[in-house]
This record gives sequence, structure tokens and C-alpha cells, in this order.
Amino acid sequence: MSGAVGRPVDRVDGHAKVTGGARYTAEIALPGLAYAAIVGAGVPSGRVVTIDAAPARAASGVLAVLTHENLPKVAARPRLLPSLLGAPAPGQSFFPMQDEVVHYFGQPVAVVVAESHEQAQYAASLVEVAYARTPSVTTIDEGRGGAYEAERLFGGLMPGREERGDAETALAEAEVRLDLSYRFAANNHNTLEPPATTAVWEEGRLTLYDSTMGIRASQLTVAQLLGLPLSDVRVVTHFVGGGFGAKAMTWPHVTLAAMAARHVGRPVRLALTRPQTYTSHGHREEQEHELSLGATRDGRVTALRHHKLSITSPFDDWAEPATGVSSQLYACDHYQGVHRLIRGNTMTPTFTRGPGETVGVFVLETAMDELAHELGIDPVELRLRNRAATDPRGNPWSSDGLADCLRLGAERFGWHGRDPGTRARRDGDWLIGTGMAAAAYPVAFFMPAQRARARVYEDGGAVVQAGTQEFGTGMLTVATQVAADALGLPMEAVRFEAGDTDLPNTSAAVGSAGSGMVSAAVHAAATALRDQLVALAVADRGSPLYGADPAAVNVREGRMLLRDRPETGEAYGELMRRNRLADAEATGSWSPPPLDTPHGLLTFGAQFAEVAVDPELGLVRVRRMLGVFAPGRVLNPKLARSQLTGGMLWGLGQALLEGNRMDPRHGRWGAANLGEYLVAVNADVPEITAEFVEVADDVVPLGIKGVGEIGQVGAAAAIANAVFHATGRRIRELPLAAELVMDPPGTPA
Amino acid sequence: MRPLAYARVSTVEEAVETVTAAPGSAFLAGGTTEVDLIRLGIARPGLLVDINDLPLTGVEDLPGGGLLIGALARMSDVARAPEVAGRYPGVSRALLLGASQQLRNMASMGGNLCQRVRCAYFRDGLSPCNKREPGTGCSALDGLNRGHAILGTSEHCIATHPSDVAVALAAFDAVVRTSGPGGARRIPIDDFYLLPGDTPERENPLAHGELITAIELPPAGIARRSIYLKFRDRESYEFALVSVCAALSVRDGIVAEARLALGGVGTKPWRARHAEARLTGAPATAESYAAAAAAELAGAAVRRHNAFKVELARRAIVRGLTLAARGGAR
Amino acid sequence: MGIDLSAEAAPRRRTTVRGPSDEPVVLTVNGTEHAVNLEPRVSLLDALRDRLALTGSKKGCDQGTCGACTVWVDGRRVLACLTLAITCEGRQVTTIEGLTTDGELHPMQRAFIEHDAFQCGYCTPGQIMSAVALIEEGNAGTDQDIAEFMSGNLCRCAAYPGIRAAIRDVRDARAPEPGATGDGG
Repeated sequence: MSGAVGRPVDRVDGHAKVTGGARYTAEIALPGLAYAAIVGAGVPSGRVVTIDAAPARAASGVLAVLTHENLPKVAARPRLLPSLLGAPAPGQSFFPMQDEVVHYFGQPVAVVVAESHEQAQYAASLVEVAYARTPSVTTIDEGRGGAYEAERLFGGLMPGREERGDAETALAEAEVRLDLSYRFAANNHNTLEPPATTAVWEEGRLTLYDSTMGIRASQLTVAQLLGLPLSDVRVVTHFVGGGFGAKAMTWPHVTLAAMAARHVGRPVRLALTRPQTYTSHGHREEQEHELSLGATRDGRVTALRHHKLSITSPFDDWAEPATGVSSQLYACDHYQGVHRLIRGNTMTPTFTRGPGETVGVFVLETAMDELAHELGIDPVELRLRNRAATDPRGNPWSSDGLADCLRLGAERFGWHGRDPGTRARRDGDWLIGTGMAAAAYPVAFFMPAQRARARVYEDGGAVVQAGTQEFGTGMLTVATQVAADALGLPMEAVRFEAGDTDLPNTSAAVGSAGSGMVSAAVHAAATALRDQLVALAVADRGSPLYGADPAAVNVREGRMLLRDRPETGEAYGELMRRNRLADAEATGSWSPPPLDTPHGLLTFGAQFAEVAVDPELGLVRVRRMLGVFAPGRVLNPKLARSQLTGGMLWGLGQALLEGNRMDPRHGRWGAANLGEYLVAVNADVPEITAEFVEVADDVVPLGIKGVGEIGQVGAAAAIANAVFHATGRRIRELPLAAELVMDPPGTPA
Repeated sequence: MRPLAYARVSTVEEAVETVTAAPGSAFLAGGTTEVDLIRLGIARPGLLVDINDLPLTGVEDLPGGGLLIGALARMSDVARAPEVAGRYPGVSRALLLGASQQLRNMASMGGNLCQRVRCAYFRDGLSPCNKREPGTGCSALDGLNRGHAILGTSEHCIATHPSDVAVALAAFDAVVRTSGPGGARRIPIDDFYLLPGDTPERENPLAHGELITAIELPPAGIARRSIYLKFRDRESYEFALVSVCAALSVRDGIVAEARLALGGVGTKPWRARHAEARLTGAPATAESYAAAAAAELAGAAVRRHNAFKVELARRAIVRGLTLAARGGAR
Repeated sequence: MGIDLSAEAAPRRRTTVRGPSDEPVVLTVNGTEHAVNLEPRVSLLDALRDRLALTGSKKGCDQGTCGACTVWVDGRRVLACLTLAITCEGRQVTTIEGLTTDGELHPMQRAFIEHDAFQCGYCTPGQIMSAVALIEEGNAGTDQDIAEFMSGNLCRCAAYPGIRAAIRDVRDARAPEPGATGDGG
């Protein structure tokens, strides 16, 4: 019988999720629970002149109203660092309600705590706040004059500029040159579960139930903000209703919940309302890109200059890094990537699925489509011609697969024989077009050591633990598969437990790194435990395996067997009972390769899409999508496909529907609910296929490169390229709204 | 949500009396607009009078082939009622293209007629809004107004009327029956919806305590081949950028009778009478349809982000009339 | 039921005004009567989640825009967030917790697992309550119908293709092939 890894097994938490038994954070029932509601600032900039909390305090059921006047000061202001790093990870370096200054609309100015949810929400509406408003900047257009080049990004982790060769000169000398400008509306994650935190204090120790992609990040951040020892802060999460980056960092409401609970001396639940999610954690920022591309007439890219301009908060230099792929995907000696920023009155933007690169790749891959069209070269062939055999430093890729993804995708999609002419296919009112894009996403390795623990009981059952969390990626399932195989047990005998900082420490599961790093730690722990038990057996005179070479012992279905003579062996339980062991336990850890590992680190893929465009009405409907990906080892193809197709459909939303704009007069989002911020519904979604190209990789953990982001990267570009093919109209703006897509009056059919 | 008192009533008379007697009260039917707006703090009744037990759920024949639709009939039930789907397919289709099945199962026909606008400035409870707080100004005029109306606007309000079915009802001269403190009355649907003008806070002529009891659909043979097309960014579960209810009666290539109403572009469900007048007696050709569309849209007033809707509506009208002339099959 | 405007249709009674503070309310959920004290402003969704510990129905928006709170009232799928609990007196409420009989999963629940028709799981109870009702309504005939009539349930993980596949499976298992005999499943 083959192992569990690599098989399309059902989710281990499937039963809990389909029965309603899975408990999410706002569903934790606690005796004496009180409910908190945030009052958000009604202006984007200025200061609070007065807060009249008396009507709220007088409302029925109200326990407390906290404002900057009575909220204790935080103990520290941790630096903004990505949660993967394993350090405190506030979403922004600013913490609210420390003084009267307002930096962004929706910034918490009061927190109301009451006996019931209804009472808290209503009392929050009774808090009267008077503001002295000052001028605000919330759009690129308003702040363009004050743009500056970012020296460092990601809390200082990454340079804002990347340069090699001489892009200016190479562009000036290029046989073909494209100078293209792009605009992108902001995006909001809209996890279906709004973030929530429940805080409980017992004898000075804090337990937080938090809807987070990183319990460890919540623990570290809240401990530092409140000046608590880490051992006094425990963070628990059972199920998380979607992450997508929204819950990758620890935003102020988490700590505010803890402060509110301490103030009223009772457990407090703080669940954000849907509109508050738009102003309680970051977003994908409004941005503009400029791409200049130089090439030879035979389609060799010679120079790329990729500049991004985006708007950040008053406190942090944050831009999604958008040039990690455009600087590496194609062999090109002359490259310049620059991030420029505008300080505005918004929260600090944050990771949003496929952070940075999903936009950067849109720019690169629609530009490549323009180049292909201009030169009359097939778009797939153009990618193959330019693909980089090594990273820009000359290091080999840890694993590649791009060419195979492109070729297999073209074959499966039926790309060959495509008429490159635009407006060439019609179906009734619809013009039909096809498009493709290459996809790549960086593999991130800046996490600390990841740890896990494995325990086998004498009855043959196992519990494996790691302080990670389940937010839809299938972490509980794949970790169970990995543990079962490493222990030589059937999956049913293994329970994987997560979601508690008292368990062995892992980092936030972000940047597509989660399944790889946690699986590697689980694998290490389970392997250590198996080795420990095998070592015990071969040293035990009572064991049939006594004296055997441990390397000659296999474990299957909980039995340790001689590889050559499988009839010789015994079960874990027999060994343990004989040795009076109720259980056996081991820990394991995995550390990433050094940051200067001599390898290029990208995950590759290829995206194909067919669209129907109603050119009169500007409507775009996607008819089919195909993605081919090379994410290294696939632990569970069923779950990996779900995540990849989910990412591709995020690309569909990004291309066609998703966009938010600030009203600069009021300094707030135009859309702050799911009726106006449009995400794809069932009827928008075509049948969709994700395929794999197998690549072996011995640099990344267990050969796993991750599937969280790569599905989205390039999908929007493939759709936009298909829209061009259908209509002949090149739109360098997302989303592709009807008014952009519809033919201008007088367009010939 | 603000505190609420609640009463359940079992007759129309009791409903009318109860609401009339309590100044801060409102009827509660499906609740899909009312509960949402109370939670947002936009609607502020102190007492909700639950009318869901009233016997107003039927769909009945009227003499001559018309229909009487009970005010508490649910959208989903009306949509699939054979009389409606057979005699007024445009009405049925408009119902099915509105909201989601869950909302259609909840929302009553009377409540649908009374639904409030989806303008974000109206709903946010913060922005100046003449509809919410008369005299404070209209934030949409110079704000984010992509979804806003181009027909029937005023300098005080440009919010789009959100209903789909009301558009189809407008096309077929529906009449709203009410019962109120002053007795019963019948209000033609065109009079039921008020243009914003100087009083955008007033959307219909209902008096406090006046209850919609039924909707009459007069006999209209032309409606049997009516169509309803809805165009929007998302394929489903979204309000219209533009929608068209159309029915044409064509004899010997000449339009004998035309019905046309528009959604998504007007401050009220927009009966396109200029276009109908232009169509009647004209050849049933794309040119006539385009001329009719142009006539209707001549009065369009656009703002910064919604200017595209004029061209979009023009094309949608031509599309709708072309389809209607072919007999309505999709 | 017809349209009856006559005042005599029901005996006159004194209208009882309840609230705004707590009122005793009996809610029948999944066949069980629950006596609770509720303010009239409490939504069915909050009553289920916070008062009855039936947290399978999810709060995604509280605005009628996501479908995560889909439950059945008198057998029809509705949104619990826009339904006031007190209006459900005398009506039958069914939630995801009531779909399982004696611990046995409903075929739709099994099909969702098999087709991996979810990731984070937050929209899943609402999707399943909608999906079962969809078939009952007769709106699952074609893929296009399924997609349209399931569009009131957002899935941010975008498991829509799996959701449609699960619904197709259950629909096809229920409807025997034309001419087929047997117990009909």
C-alpha cells in the first residue's frame, strides 16, 4: 500500500465543516462573555476634540466605554515586520487610542463593551465624537506631488530598488520599445469570516481566541504591546474563515479586545462588522505601474524598467513588492525596478493574496502580450524564447518547470493553431478571445526554525502537534498525511492538533510557505519518533528486531518490519508495552536554508483563459480557465487543486470585478460592503482546470514550494490578454469595468 | 441596532390602525430592506408591526386577463406563478434577476416597491445626503457616482432606484392598491414613484399607516411576449447598470404598440414614454430602435463617473427592442 | 391563500406590543422548541449563534449580501441576518445542525466533502442549506441554473466548481434514470 502523501484524500476537517461543528473565533462560548464594538473615526485626518460617551454609558447593558482618555498606553510600538519572520508583527506601527490624533477614517476612537452584541453595537452608535478635521490625502492623484522613492520595503527587509546593467541605455538602443502605464484600484480581502478576537484574563494571564493566520504573531505582538511575558499570553484558534493576507498580521483590534477584557474584568468578544473590515486591517493599495520594455525584432527582451507608485499610511513605508518576478522571470541583462510611495491617510496596506507580484506579473505579462502582438510572435513562443535559465545572479533554479508548464498548458488548452488576429471569433453578441500568461512567485525563506511534536500511544494511535492554524489551506489534512507516512501509520490513527501557541512553535502560514515549513517540522518530529522506537526495538532483547540494523527496518501500518523479511517485526504497541511505556514522544524542527542559498527561488506556472466579450455593453464573461503549475511536491492533489483554482478565480475577480476607490472629499472607501465591493459569485465562474508539472526540488522543505499564491499570479493577465484578443482593445487598468471594455461609438463590428 | 418594539397583526385594519396610532412605527414584511436599514441606523422606527400573517399572498385573475398580486406574495412565488410567467414574462424574469433566491423567498412584492436606494452615501449614515437628512446636500453629485442615475435626477439627488420588478410593472401600467387611515386607494405606478426634485426624502405618496395591499396588472396582450434584460458587472446578485423591459407588437413590419421601461438609470423605475411614442408607427428596424433610444436619453444628465451609462443604455434599449420584436425568446 | 381585505376575516383582538426589552419567545429550531428571552431587535442569526449555541449558521456580513447565514424557515431558504427572531414564533427553523439525522450526514454534506467544495468552511453551512433547498425548489436542472440560483452564497475561497459538482451528484442520485426501476434512492 502506498503512503498518504500524494493521494487526493478528503479533508480531515471536512465533517466538522459540513455539519456546522467547526468553531470559528466568534463562536467560542464562555461564561460571562461580554461584547465589544469599535467606534471608528468619522474623518480621515485631524483630531478628536471631544468625545461624549455619556449617552453610550447610560444605554442599557453597557459595561464600559474606552477612549484615548481612559485607555492605558501600550508598552511598546513594535516595528512592522512580516509575520513569517517570527517577530512581533503589527499590521502597522501605529496603535490607536493613545492620543487624540486621527490618521485614517475608521481608526478606532472608542471601544464600547456591553452585555450583549446588540447592546454594544447600539451603544457604539451613541458615542458622540467631535473632530477638528485637517486636509487629507487618500488617493494617488491627490498625493502625486509628494511621491518619494522607498529605500526599504517590508519593514526594512527588502530594498525598494533593484537594478542591474543599464536599463536606460538599453531601452534607448532597443530595436523595439514599449512604454506602458497601468492603473490598479485598491483591493480588499473580504474574508468571509470577519476578523474577531475573544480575550480572557485569568490571574494576570491572557488567553486570546483569535481569527488569525499566525497565532504566534498574535502572541508576540500582543505580548509586546501590553508588556507581558510571552509565557503569559496564549493564543488559540480552531478554525479561521479565510485569510488571504488579511489575517497575516496582528491588527489593533486584537490588542484592543485584550485591553477591553482587562478593563471590564470579563471575557470580551470583539467581532468586526463587515464595513469595519475595510478599515481595521490593511488592503491591497491603489497603485500605478510604468513598464518600459526593450526587445530585439526577433523577440528577445533586452531591457526592462518597472516602476511602481502606490499610496501608504502616514507611519509605514509599505508597498507590496512588485518586481520580484519581473526582475527574474526573463533573461534580460538590463533591469531597473523602483518602488515609489505617497504618504496618505489610510491604514498601512498589507499582504493580499499573491502580494505585489500578482500585480507586477499582470504588468509584465500583458506587456509581453503586447510585444508578441507587435512582433507577430506567438505569445507562448515568446515566453519560451525569453525564459531565464538561471536567476539574475546566475544561480540555478531550485527547481524550474516553466517551459513544461507553458508547453503542457498550450497543449491541454488547445492553443496551437490560434488565430492571433483580434475580433476574429464571434458567437452571437459575443466576441471570443483567448489569452495566456506565464506565472511565477517567489519562494520566501526568512522564517525561523519551525517545530513540531509527535507522540505515539501504546494502542497505536498518534497525536502530532504544531502551533499552526487551519484557514482553508488544508493544513490539518496535509500535516496528518505527512505524519502518518513518517510514522508508518494509517491516516486514521493520526490526529494532528494545531491552533494553540502552547504547542511547538511555527510561524504564520503566509507567503505560500505554510504547508512546506509545517510539513517539514512535522516530518522531522515524526521521523525522530519512529527512529527512537526503532532504536529501542533493535536494542531490546525481547524484540524480534533485536540486533537488526535500524536502517533495515521499515514501519508499515504501525508495525516495524525488516525490509527484507517483512514477516519479522512487531507493532509499536507491543514494543512499548513490553518496555512499560504508555507513550513515546519526540520533537522535530526544520530550519530554512540560508538566505544566500545559491539557488534561484521561484515557483512557476502558466495560465490560459478564454473569454466572451459583449463589445457593445462592455461585459466580459470567462468561459474557461486552465492553469498548469510546478509547485514541487504536491502533498494532496485534491486540496492543492482547490487552492490553485481558488487562486485562479481570485485572478478572475481581480481582472473583472474587484476594485475599491477612495472618495477623496471624505477620505473613505467608496465600497465598504459585499453588495458594492464585488467578488465573483457562482455564476461568474466557469469550469476550471489546474494541472501539475512535477519538478523535484531538494532546496525547499520536503520539495514543497507551496500553492497559496501561484494560482492567482498571471490569471488576470491571461484574462486581459484574452479580452484584447477578443476585442482588439488593450486596457491597462483593473478591474476591466464595462466602461473601459465597451466599444466607443462608431467602432466597426 | 436600536431598541425596537414589536407587534404582530392579523388583519389589514389592525395593521393600519396600529401603525397610524404610533408615529414612530413601520410595517415589517420580508424585512430585507427594513432590517438592514435599521441595523445601519438609517431607518429608525421604534415599533415594527409585523404584517406577515395578513392574508395578502395570492395571485388572482382580474377580469379581462389582468392579475391581482397580493402585497405579501413573495418574489420567488410570483416569479414562478404560471399566470405571471405566462402573461407577463417580463415581470417574471425581472423578479428572477433580482437579488438572490434567499432574498426573493423573503421579500414581499409590496416591500419590493418600497425598497430604498442603494446609494452608498445614503447608506453610510455619515455623508451629507438630502434623502437621509434633507438640506445637507448630495454627496453623489461630485462623488463616486458610477452607479447613479442619469434620468429623472435633480440637483438634490441622483440615486438610482434599485428595483427590477418595478421596472417591469411600470412597463405594464401596474396599479398599487393601498389601505390607509383615509381608506383604500389605487395609485398608478407611475404616480407611486416620485422624482427626487426638491424633496428626495419623499419617494412615494404613501401616508404614515398606509399599507400596500395588492398590485394590479391590467390586461395587456402585448406583455405576453415581453422581455427583461439586465446588464451588470457581475453575472448575478447585483443591481443593474442598466436593465430593459420591452414588449413590441409589430404588424407588417410596423410597430403597432410598444412598451419600454428602464432600470438602473433612473431615479425611479423609468417608463420610456418618449421612446414608445417614437416607436409607435415606425418600422421595426434597428434604426427606429436607435432613434427611440436617443429620444428617451436626450434628457439624460450625466456626472463624472456615469457618463458611459448613456451609451450603455442606448445599446441596451436597441438590444432589448430587437429581442422583443423577435418575440421575446432569449 | 387569497387576498382578503375584509376586517371580518379575523376576530378583532387587541394588538399586543412587545419589547423593546426582553420578551419570552419560543423558537422551534430543528424540531426542538427553545424558550428564550429576547429583545425584538435580535436577529434570528444572533439568536441561533449567541443564545442557542447553534453556531453553524455563519455571520459573514449581517447585511444580506453573502448568504453565509442561510437557514430554512418553514422549509424555504432565507437569510437569518435579515430575519428578526421574534418573527419566527410559530414557524419551523432548520439550520445546518438539523440536516444531519442520527449522526448520519445528508448526501449533500457527503458530496461537499467528496468534491472538496470548500476550503475555509465558513460559507459551507449556508452553501449546503442553499444547495439542498435548490434541489427541492427544482432549480438544479442545468449547470446554468445551479450557478444562478446558488449565486446568493458567496465563497471567497471560490470553491464554486466543486459546489456545482456536489449539487449535480446529489441531484442525479435522487432522480433515477428514465426507465430505471428500484427504490429511487
